[in-house]
Amino acid sequence: ADDGTRESYDRLLLATGSNPFILPLPGKDLKGVLSYRDIVDTESMIAASTEYKDAVVIGGGLLGLEAANGLKLRGMNVTVVHVMPWLMERQLDRTAAGMLQKTLEAKGLKFRLEAHTEALMGDTDDGKGGRVKALKLKTGEEIPAQLVVMAVGIRPNTALAESAGLHCNKGLVVNDTMQTYDPRIYAVGECVSHRGIAYGLVAPLFEQAKVCANHLAQFGIGRYTGSLTSTKLKVTGVDLFSAGNFTGGDGSEDIVLADPGAGVYKRLVIKGDKLIGAVMYGDTIDGTWFFKLLRDGTNISAMRDRLMFGESNLGDTGHQGQNKAALMQDSAEVCGCNGVCKGVIVKAIKDKGLFTLDDVRKHTKASSSCGSCTGLVEQILMFTAGGDYSEAPKKKSMCGCTDRTHQEVRDAIGAQHLLSIPSVYRFMEWRTPNGCASCRPAINFYLLSTWPKEAIDDPQSRYINERSHANIQKDGTYSVIPRMWGGGTNSAELRRIADVVDKYKIPSVKVTGGQRLDLLGIKKEDLPAVWKDLDMPSGHAYAKALRTVKTCVGSEWCRFGTQDSTRMGQELERALWRMQAPHKVKLAVSGCPRNCAESGIKDVGVIGVDSGWEIYVAGNGGIKTEVAQFFCKVKTHAEVLEYSGAFLQLYREEGWYLERTVHYVNRVGLDYCKQKVVEDTANRKALSERLQFALDGEPDPWHEPEKARVDLKQFIPIAVAV
Amino acid sequence: MTYLPICTLDDIPALGARRFKRDDGKVIAIFRNAEDKVFALQDKCPHKGGPLSQGIVFGESVACPLHNWCISLNDGCAALPDVGVVEKFSVRVNEGRVELDPWSGELAPMACAAE
Repeated sequence: ADDGTRESYDRLLLATGSNPFILPLPGKDLKGVLSYRDIVDTESMIAASTEYKDAVVIGGGLLGLEAANGLKLRGMNVTVVHVMPWLMERQLDRTAAGMLQKTLEAKGLKFRLEAHTEALMGDTDDGKGGRVKALKLKTGEEIPAQLVVMAVGIRPNTALAESAGLHCNKGLVVNDTMQTYDPRIYAVGECVSHRGIAYGLVAPLFEQAKVCANHLAQFGIGRYTGSLTSTKLKVTGVDLFSAGNFTGGDGSEDIVLADPGAGVYKRLVIKGDKLIGAVMYGDTIDGTWFFKLLRDGTNISAMRDRLMFGESNLGDTGHQGQNKAALMQDSAEVCGCNGVCKGVIVKAIKDKGLFTLDDVRKHTKASSSCGSCTGLVEQILMFTAGGDYSEAPKKKSMCGCTDRTHQEVRDAIGAQHLLSIPSVYRFMEWRTPNGCASCRPAINFYLLSTWPKEAIDDPQSRYINERSHANIQKDGTYSVIPRMWGGGTNSAELRRIADVVDKYKIPSVKVTGGQRLDLLGIKKEDLPAVWKDLDMPSGHAYAKALRTVKTCVGSEWCRFGTQDSTRMGQELERALWRMQAPHKVKLAVSGCPRNCAESGIKDVGVIGVDSGWEIYVAGNGGIKTEVAQFFCKVKTHAEVLEYSGAFLQLYREEGWYLERTVHYVNRVGLDYCKQKVVEDTANRKALSERLQFALDGEPDPWHEPEKARVDLKQFIPIAVAV
Repeated sequence: MTYLPICTLDDIPALGARRFKRDDGKVIAIFRNAEDKVFALQDKCPHKGGPLSQGIVFGESVACPLHNWCISLNDGCAALPDVGVVEKFSVRVNEGRVELDPWSGELAPMACAAE
């Protein structure tokens, strides 16, 4: 080191950063010639703007334009000199760049494109010393300037590495674990070149540092596979966004929307069934959404015709119908569950330097309950944090206990025949001894759904509702909903319910949306006796499982009914009850297309028509109303049972915990589900059989508590043992 | 300190809890973790009063069943960025019996409140 210190190392980390590139021009050392890199440069620019009149910015990239705009706002005449045929060529295509240039020209900036600088001229007699006075182009044109800002990119600082003989190529070359050609030497940051790319934004560097730290700690998981970055320009009145490969190339296709009059231009680049790039100008509201599709490699074939019109994915409720965060007032409520306004979120992002959705959730609670405002919060994050915004990583780990994804855990449980939660934790190298409240219930479900009758249920890894087989309420009491097949009941059941309500002084009785009765405010101590006295099956209203099959009265009574929907619904419910699933499952059967049972917003919705039954799947009436999609048409009751069951078994086997059918189907594609269930007869039969095997002999926890491993001691508080 | 034998260790499931009702009505939750350590907190989340005894126990924490606040079993403090603390009681295992001092409740200093 400078002071003569010598230190030996086992492993070394280089983070030497980068330097701004200074063009080797005559006159580059004149006073008033700056780079744009740090606070000193910025202060010099501000000082110059009060003293001088003319400025030239060399470089029409992101940084150059921001500098130029800043100087213009401070009253200078600004000319941007750029060697390429259009501005921001690394982020924009020609059309978008042209629109950007027009907007900036309207603000008073001047441009010289495809312009090469020959020299900078000084103000002393020979033109070679003192302060810069003009910039001379190769064409001979001279542009007066008392301030010249060079914003022509950065050069990784590799001097030390090169002197040590490490391989450098436009940066210190590293592999996916951030090691240089000498594996004992690591490097991260702006000095490295990873897969040929040197990153200059903060988010990718965080990801690199994380991988590097894991590897240094000899914790062998995590590879850095590169970052997808997106760009936004921080210039008021300019709304542009770009991400990914927007130039296209072999085998790619463009979808373009251009409305020059309104100043809107959008271009999406698609290859195969994936979005690979996007450029947007004038209206960038959907930037976050496109970026997410890009990063996740989402299959967009099913929504291709609507893709350009953006996300209709925001929840419908809880935020005044707003779906454009940029247009919201600071006082407008974004998160209707936790009462968080836009201003609060913006302030937290700025004050606490938040980069990710998770951080925002933790600090503000916004989007942490029902999640319907997640899209809005992401938009706000992107607008506020700008280029520093870090999208949730592509590979989303299950929880803080691991870097493994839901899919990886599911796959391992199947492939390795894992049968208990501890064996999963061991095999997948969990960081915590016994997980957390979010991974344990998920793994418990994966084990049971992958290895029915083999894996043993762990009640302590279930949420309280599934442990006490009732729904906990805000005051710590419980609600009980007995099963009423297809919404049907009779006088004997109603009498028993009335007696139970009186006997246990149950304060509230309510008809649910799923056509049954909810008894609310029951003390935990009373639950076993209430179940016994009701003498009705568990409604599983507390479980991630089949809830209800809602029915209309159908052809038995209705003058319009074409099919006996009540009986069909009851058959479905009897066939599927006790079925656990990644999330709750709701069915409905309507006897004619008037659809009084609301089959269009159910996980499986069945609609009777004169010639048989239509089956719809993946509907949802919750946060975001999702209309169920047509799945197939069948003729008989037996077929309805087989197709519905097979679809739900596919969901049980492949869905991620807490993923509703709509999200599962969006993830894997409706065509995939149809192929597995409708087209492949043998597979459908196999799915049906596996479901039957899993459901066979499953106990009703209310009436067979021992068999269902219900911990009965939980219901009795410990008495004072004096 | 007056320790009262209240149940056996086996009465509490590992990674689970039992409720102890004090004669003045206050409910104390007794937790057992995977290493058979026991902890006692008032059965009332500092957030909205949820019964912590009904939460999922992991490591040395419990997640409240109402809104998923994570409370440390060691000192009753909520995990950041949530801020709050619940009364903690002295409890020990003596030859397989769980002994609680039901009147030893104290609030940990809110050291965790400072960010």
